Amino acid sequence: MVVQSAAEAITYPAVGAELDIEGVSHAFDIDGAVLPVLDKVNLSIAPGEFVALLGPSGCGKSTLLRLVAGLEKPRSGSLREDEVRISGPHPSRVVVFQDPTLFPWRSVWDNVALGLEAQGILKPQRHRVDAVIELVGLSSFRNAYPHQLSGGMAQRVALARALVNDPKILVLDEPLGKLDSLTRIAMQSELVALWQRKGFTTLLVTHDVEEALVLANRVIVLSDRPARIKADIAVARPYPRHRGDPYLADLRKQILGLLGLEATW
Amino acid sequence: MSTYSVSDATTAAAPRAAVTFANLSGSYGVGLAASLAWLAFGLSCLYWPDVGDWSRTESLAIGAIVIAAFILFGTFSADYLGSAGQALRKRAPWLVAFGAFVTLWEVATAKFAWLPLPFFPPPQSILEVYTDDLPKLLDSVFASIKLQLGGYIIGATIGFVTGVSIGWSQKIGYWVHPVLRFIGPLPATAWLPIAFFTFPSSWSASTFLIALATGFPVTVLTWSGVASVSTAYYDVARTLGAKPSFLVLKVAIPAALPHVFVGLFMGLGSSFAVLVVAEMIGVKAGLGWYLQWAQGWAAYANMYAALIVMSLLCSGAITLLFRTRDRLLVWQKGVVKW
Ligand SMILES: Nc1ncnc2c1ncn2[C@@H]1O[C@H](COP(=O)(O)OP(=O)(O)O)[C@@H](O)[C@H]1O
Ligand SMILES: [Mg+2]
Repeated sequence: MVVQSAAEAITYPAVGAELDIEGVSHAFDIDGAVLPVLDKVNLSIAPGEFVALLGPSGCGKSTLLRLVAGLEKPRSGSLREDEVRISGPHPSRVVVFQDPTLFPWRSVWDNVALGLEAQGILKPQRHRVDAVIELVGLSSFRNAYPHQLSGGMAQRVALARALVNDPKILVLDEPLGKLDSLTRIAMQSELVALWQRKGFTTLLVTHDVEEALVLANRVIVLSDRPARIKADIAVARPYPRHRGDPYLADLRKQILGLLGLEATW
Repeated sequence: MSTYSVSDATTAAAPRAAVTFANLSGSYGVGLAASLAWLAFGLSCLYWPDVGDWSRTESLAIGAIVIAAFILFGTFSADYLGSAGQALRKRAPWLVAFGAFVTLWEVATAKFAWLPLPFFPPPQSILEVYTDDLPKLLDSVFASIKLQLGGYIIGATIGFVTGVSIGWSQKIGYWVHPVLRFIGPLPATAWLPIAFFTFPSSWSASTFLIALATGFPVTVLTWSGVASVSTAYYDVARTLGAKPSFLVLKVAIPAALPHVFVGLFMGLGSSFAVLVVAEMIGVKAGLGWYLQWAQGWAAYANMYAALIVMSLLCSGAITLLFRTRDRLLVWQKGVVKW
């Protein structure tokens, strides 16, 4: 089995931040018992890189993302953004969760404006909201309320709400997991286009091996809980990628093997 | 210009459906029947002699016949009257029933006295109250509104602020929660005897009681609303750079608003009860006091007249509350129509 090194010299635009995860372990206390979730995770992500995390359900992927977002503090180890220790949430690291979690009492426009409003810079920056809504193709729905949107549209609003802050690191927790396959494929291409245009560093959790291979520069495979890094695989293929690419098919077979699913291949 | 028409499409479909339904059910026939019912009411006033001495029988008859004429006119020109015409069509069956009811009432009281008389006053004697005792009734209405509004606004404001505080801060909750549990479930009227001699005036005592009756449900529901806000909303707002004040004002409160309105609605109901009791016992003004006074004089017509006004006011207050809610909560999917 060939597991390639990720240390490939690819240059990215300077917008993205570097992310260093060093010896991070985390656990939860459940009814007095300690549930270890992350076990000494080491991961270094270059500015502008697109990294996908794959792992069995419940292994701790979302927990790792919450640590990166600064929503929780690790029990041990450290996380750094551009060499600065992450001690809390910051709009330079924005998360798109699996559920769009749009605020139902806000229109599409007001949902997207949330970050700028929270930071108190909405007044001079209103055009950014308009621009990003245009970018995700929802201009005609700017005054609609979340209950009037389809699942795919809601997820696009969530993406716009993240992008309007011009994040240095975009954290995506299975953002396309609940969409139908056609919408998902369309949004995957949109995501790659956005990433190439903006140059932010991207950390994507997905349960879809093919999605990881179509999108990411690097695929990290995690073990069962507590999560350790099992493999770090470079995907050295130019964009746009083709799903039928034999190189990707080969990697897919490898990864499924790592996840213990050879039989289904 | 835009392709967005979600709400337009749904609202446009409804009236069209209503029109076809009305046409199918023979709206002219129902309108005609309504007009006839009111004509019958008017004629019943004139045809038989009154068994008692009432001065407004003829005015009532004229009023009923004018209403009948309006219904007749409205029915046949509904198509040219816009929304007023549609409203008349929609309510025509109710107008039939109501016209029939007042006719029956008139006949059963003023004409043949089938119902025992002083206890069941005829419509003309209630009309007489509205025309001859108007100043006193209006004074009572204003006194009631003033007392209710003051107490309700104070209670709702304090309840809302308390609810948000204990929903948000565990420290405040620690101190307030036991007090709330101990005092809250007590009916506000139980405080009446104490309130009336500890407060400087019966008016301030009643304001306190109304505020208490309003405050408890508003506090509890605001609190539960704030406490049940999904942490996912806070996570999203925090990663986007929100400070605690933003989390309270722009996340917790709007998310809790549907609960708050349930609390305001419940508080309104229980404060009405306190208002009437407080007016009957302590304050020498207001509709509750008017009822009490009328009872003292065995003036049954005055009591019915006051009850009708009271029910219109209470219903109006609730309608106002629901309208406000509908405006503020347009984002909600299925809001109940009042
Ligand atoms: N706040 C929490 N309290 C207790 N246990 C948690 C909490 N969040 C996650 N867990 C547990 O940690 C494990 C990893 O969860 P998660 O990171 O969400 O997994 P996934 O890889 O599917 O995203 C799960 O077993 C979950 O039950
Ligand atoms: Mg998860």
